[in-house]
Amino acid sequence: MNIVVLVKHVPDATADRRFESDNTVDRVGVDGLLSELDEYAVEQALQIKEKSGDDVTVTALSIGPEKATDAVRKALQMGVDQGVLVTDDAIAGSDAVATSLILAKAIEKIAEGNGAADLVVTGMASTDAGTSLVPAMLAERLGLPQVTFASVVETQGDQIRAKRDGDAATEVIGATLPVLLSVTDQTGEARYPSFKGIMAAKKKPLETYTLADLGVDAGQVGLDAAWTTVEETTARPPRTAGEIVTDEDGSGAKALADFLASKKFI
Amino acid sequence: MSEILVLVDHVDGNVRKTTNELLTIARRLGEPSAVFIGSGEAPVEALKKFGAEKVYVVDDAEIKGYLVAPKAEVLAQIAAQASPGAILIPSSAEGKEIAGRLAIKIESGVITDATDVTDGGVTTQSVFAGSFTVQAKVAKGTPIITVKPNSAAPEEVAGAGAVEQFAATISDAAKTAQIVASQPREATGRPELTEAAIVVSGGRGTGGNFDPIEALADSLGAAVGASRAAVDSGWKPHTFQVGQTGKVVSPQLYVANGISGAIQHRAGMQTSKTIVAVNKDEEAPIFELVDFGVVGDLHTVLPALTEAINQRKG
Repeated sequence: MNIVVLVKHVPDATADRRFESDNTVDRVGVDGLLSELDEYAVEQALQIKEKSGDDVTVTALSIGPEKATDAVRKALQMGVDQGVLVTDDAIAGSDAVATSLILAKAIEKIAEGNGAADLVVTGMASTDAGTSLVPAMLAERLGLPQVTFASVVETQGDQIRAKRDGDAATEVIGATLPVLLSVTDQTGEARYPSFKGIMAAKKKPLETYTLADLGVDAGQVGLDAAWTTVEETTARPPRTAGEIVTDEDGSGAKALADFLASKKFI
Repeated sequence: MSEILVLVDHVDGNVRKTTNELLTIARRLGEPSAVFIGSGEAPVEALKKFGAEKVYVVDDAEIKGYLVAPKAEVLAQIAAQASPGAILIPSSAEGKEIAGRLAIKIESGVITDATDVTDGGVTTQSVFAGSFTVQAKVAKGTPIITVKPNSAAPEEVAGAGAVEQFAATISDAAKTAQIVASQPREATGRPELTEAAIVVSGGRGTGGNFDPIEALADSLGAAVGASRAAVDSGWKPHTFQVGQTGKVVSPQLYVANGISGAIQHRAGMQTSKTIVAVNKDEEAPIFELVDFGVVGDLHTVLPALTEAINQRKG
């Protein structure tokens, strides 16, 4: 069985995230790390590997500048078997459409060595752009059933069952492998790399692909080829400091009620 | 003027408020055409009331047992026939997935989580946990835009509401992810979290007791939310979670109680118009965001506040 898990290297959400002058996300000048939401995807991929007695290969796949290797390495340290980074100057500024194209081609390329992927696992969204578009787009491109926003995942043989908390209902989604699976943070804590895992990761295969390796024309990707354009990015003005009162002998509730009344909420 | 397709968000034929907002936005761009995918009688009158000139009715008997993919095929087929000027879809998890698949199918750009759309098709989004505002535009094909709740005040304008029964052809490939069971969300009697004008949330500081949160919410006619800490502790189901991995809300008033204000939570509420917090810890980062804050114990402040509100109302 082959599992490909997608891992994105994102600017640290606790750092000062910003845009470049061309309105693309600054991915170089801000500290980055493996997107937290993708750690849950790595965890589920590893749990499926551990539960299924079969010979399972888990490959972590990422796209990004060279420093995105860090995200792949983190996945290797967590226990993934091998890693692939697609990196090419022409990719910078790609939208979800181009990203899903590159990922689809990379998944096909990985299949040449490993055999076709039975499961492609992703997080529910990235922590930077956060559009949640890529999993659905990838399912569309690969022609795979999409089992997405799973909060609980169960596999048995070639069957997969997932719980999905929809807007109006909680659903159970069922499909037959191969499948594209996206998981939420409700699937359970992701493991920390152990010391042994960190040492072992150094010996694991980590390959780099360029667009040419994937047969993707550079003109199809990148900022100029994007099907959407960002016209302007503006830092939100900091909120003006509000009034803070300390509750003494019930004064807090009254002050708050007065405030809400002054704003016509009462 | 070209047609603007609006995918109708409904539960068993009851149109949700977000649809009225989308129809209102659609009128800025062209002539609104509602796309109703469902069973039974289509809610044509409700859609006409907010300006739908046309209503495409698609019977979902064949597709309702499958996730996302069939709806993207339906929209692609209607788009091929109508050549719309834009396609507006509610910005729910499902809506964004439909939009993503549709974008690939009809080779068009897609923008998600818009909080505004101008008559020129320029969208506004809030990104990086609300710390940046982005203005964007679709550069290729038919703009596909998912729009967040509360992005426009619904305006009633009578539309013609001409009904067209649309027979979509659904491929076998779109029927591979099956919905094998479905449990409708229990009605709380309170407004929907993402649509509510006021949201009252509780966090770790509740210690698991949401009674004061719920009583305050009811006095204000508000929705109830929870922080990730409260959800992870099992005090509230995940559907209540406000934050990056839960619901992103932007109400007129957000009341955070016993919530420290971690980045994960801020990402879900930072764009609220007015923010109020009650927290025992005066150092809690939530106080950096508030218009009004009370340093105090929510278990004493909230019941007194609820009583004061009920008195003033009475």
